[in-house]
Amino acid sequence: MASKGICDRVAIVGMGCTPFGEHWDKSVDDLLIDAANEACASAGVTIDQIDAFWLGTMGSGVSGLTLSRPLKIEYKPVSRNENMCATGSESFRNACYAVASGAYDIAMAIGVEKLKDSGYSGLVGSAPPADGTQASLTAPASFSLLAPAYANKYGVPMPKLKEVMTRIAWKNHKNGAVNPRAQFKKEVPMETIANSPLIAGNLGIFDCSGVSDGSAAAIIVRAEDAHKYTDKPLYVKALSFVAGPARGPLDPEYDYTTFEECVKVAEDAYQQCGITNPREQLAMAEVHDCFTPTELVLMEDLGFSKRGEGWQDVLSGTFDREGALPVNPDGGLKSFGHPIGASGLRMLFECWLQLRGEAPPERQITNGKKLGMTHNLGGSPGNCVSFVSIVGSEPGL
Amino acid sequence: MRGIIAYGTYLPYNRLDRAAIGAALGAAPGKGTRTVASYDEDTTTMGVEAGRRLLASAPASAQPSALYFATAEPAYLDKTNATAIHAALGMDPGVFAADMMGSVRSGVGALRAAIDSRETAIAVLSDLRTGMPGGSDEAQGGDGAAAFLCGESDQVIAEYVGSSSITQEFLDRWRLPGDMASKVWEERFGEFVYVPMAKQAFSEALKGAELKPQDISHFVVAGMHARANRVAAGSVGVKPEAITDDMTAVMGNSGAAHGGIMLADVLDRAAPNQFVAVLVLADGATVMLFRTTDAVARYKRKETVRQQLAQGKPGLSYNAFLTWRNVLQREPPRRPDPDRPAAPPSFRSDAWKFGFMGSRCTACGTRHLPPQRVCVSCKATDKMTLERVADSAATVATFTIDRLAFSPSPPVVGAVVDFDGGGRLPCELTDVEPDKVAIGDRVEMTFRRIYTAEGIHNYFWKARPVRSS
Repeated sequence: MASKGICDRVAIVGMGCTPFGEHWDKSVDDLLIDAANEACASAGVTIDQIDAFWLGTMGSGVSGLTLSRPLKIEYKPVSRNENMCATGSESFRNACYAVASGAYDIAMAIGVEKLKDSGYSGLVGSAPPADGTQASLTAPASFSLLAPAYANKYGVPMPKLKEVMTRIAWKNHKNGAVNPRAQFKKEVPMETIANSPLIAGNLGIFDCSGVSDGSAAAIIVRAEDAHKYTDKPLYVKALSFVAGPARGPLDPEYDYTTFEECVKVAEDAYQQCGITNPREQLAMAEVHDCFTPTELVLMEDLGFSKRGEGWQDVLSGTFDREGALPVNPDGGLKSFGHPIGASGLRMLFECWLQLRGEAPPERQITNGKKLGMTHNLGGSPGNCVSFVSIVGSEPGL
Repeated sequence: MRGIIAYGTYLPYNRLDRAAIGAALGAAPGKGTRTVASYDEDTTTMGVEAGRRLLASAPASAQPSALYFATAEPAYLDKTNATAIHAALGMDPGVFAADMMGSVRSGVGALRAAIDSRETAIAVLSDLRTGMPGGSDEAQGGDGAAAFLCGESDQVIAEYVGSSSITQEFLDRWRLPGDMASKVWEERFGEFVYVPMAKQAFSEALKGAELKPQDISHFVVAGMHARANRVAAGSVGVKPEAITDDMTAVMGNSGAAHGGIMLADVLDRAAPNQFVAVLVLADGATVMLFRTTDAVARYKRKETVRQQLAQGKPGLSYNAFLTWRNVLQREPPRRPDPDRPAAPPSFRSDAWKFGFMGSRCTACGTRHLPPQRVCVSCKATDKMTLERVADSAATVATFTIDRLAFSPSPPVVGAVVDFDGGGRLPCELTDVEPDKVAIGDRVEMTFRRIYTAEGIHNYFWKARPVRSS
């Protein structure tokens, strides 16, 4: 990939993030207003000062009116976009490019999703009319295909792999337990996770991210203007996004132990900002832990672990909050649920808190590093879109 | 010479022990077993499977120009069911296909139409027998299908040597459209009407063929009236050892398909130059006479009727049986109903959806399922040829058990399967024990009804473990 990137040309100067959870008492409008106002207050601007908006939502509304109507935004450009689970991150990416191009001085990226109103278990898609031949596996089932494939390829016995999956869920819940914005603010014992009712393959209910409502927003300006708004801007180092050719379901060469799309976005993002050893250089990473085997495979795809060794790194605590590279220090999708349009910006919000030293003391990362990563993937193994951003608290590396 | 050139049969995998019915309902335990179409099977899908087995053993020279489909339990009314079989068998659009629907007699009707036509024709006989819980039809019914390729050929295995038929309007067994259970008149009345008709039709057929009852080596008697069958079989003068076991003890009576399955069972073991008489008692009496040829000894098919019977899985729970037949309606998962298949996309992709045709790139040889326009390997555009993959075996690359997905019989077992000869498909597994699936398992494709939504049956293919030797 030959993306040139916009390293250090734009910065985040304000963010907002609602609590994630079952907001029976809040509408999509309420969540958008709350996140947008918090972001504006954080940057010290009013909605009227913002030149352009990118709204990410998968199914909680269509068109820019979904945002302009509740906030009474007067005759401004509001783009609504969707890119599966990378929807919120896509809003952020496009808003950054718009500012970097000089077209606008101040842009807002905002994401929202209200999943709980559907009344169904798990995610509910709406597909265009089709011939009925598509395999109809649910999301947990699609991602559970990773587990036997990984175990088989690397000779990890299934009970050992389950232990690895359990530890990932345990770690993310442990992180979420001290995060007031999380949907699940409780540690979960490993036995509870390991023995939870099976949903798909060897995935128990605790191997799956929750279903929740939420919204998050970021305000983006040119880097040279950033200090007009805050003493501690977050510089955008890299933005990478790819849609794959959906090779996995067609090509027997694909072995269900990797997300090739994630490998590509990580490589691209690292070259945009000069990262050569992510495990050493990153202060933290927020990755798309939709299901526990996903996080395991991502540790290898994103270059944090060697191929076939991610499971050992998980067990040895490398990705714990106190480990060499904290992964999902806010609790991840596991603790937050996954309101599709909001998740990418929620991850960015954790970087915003951590890299600026504003996380609560009980979970502030203190490794002294300056770079954070957010990552999403959408679709199913072999059939994905993926996104990576790198942000940092200082210009340069 | 005109006669039967090839045949195929299909018996579904599952078996219900009749004792399970008695145990569940607190009634006397029955004896033996019946075949049970799975939740994802109907008379159309079973007809496809019988047709596939026929085509696998048919000489390449015998190209059918017509297909007649008979069943007493059609999946659709108004819309032709034979067209789905035609499509799933990958037949040329120029092959005529039509249904003979609704009555048990339609089975022998389709066979007679195929054999008496001037063309090479396939008769597909399929039935799925239901009845009220605890009733005789439920316990004594069976599900299955048979298919016969008939025509003029030097490879005929059973020459057609004559027939005779009596048609009689009377009430022995009847069912209103949509009802799951038949009604029958008093048993002795049916016997009173059927037995004389049987005798008359049999003697007229033999007279026409200049045969004596003792010349018959295999006597097939089929019909829903068990007592009339038994009395008729014993009263026409054939040797007792020629009277064929009707297999109802181990598979039940498969209605419109049963005479065909019995005839196939006879052909599985008949020696050359033997006379076979088929008598079907259904709203009259029909006799068809065949003489096996030398070709019958050379005729090879993968599994005989007896082997298919032996491969079945016993021990289906009565609860599952009632659920599959929609008698017992279970709480569905808290998930949206599946989308109905849309007509235009299904029409555009019928070579894929029904014919299971993939596309192979002529530039680099990569095979794609479903057919693609742009090659996933070399990116060549529109350099594809269609090819049928339905009969290729495959290997499980990875798998899962989806306990959240909607299914008429949860859980859904999903697998990614890689085909011999290239190509991959994520699909459902069926006729499978979820706990026994492993990477590397060998599977083969089977045509199924995935679900029904808004009155539209979603037909497509699933994979199932290879069991045949």
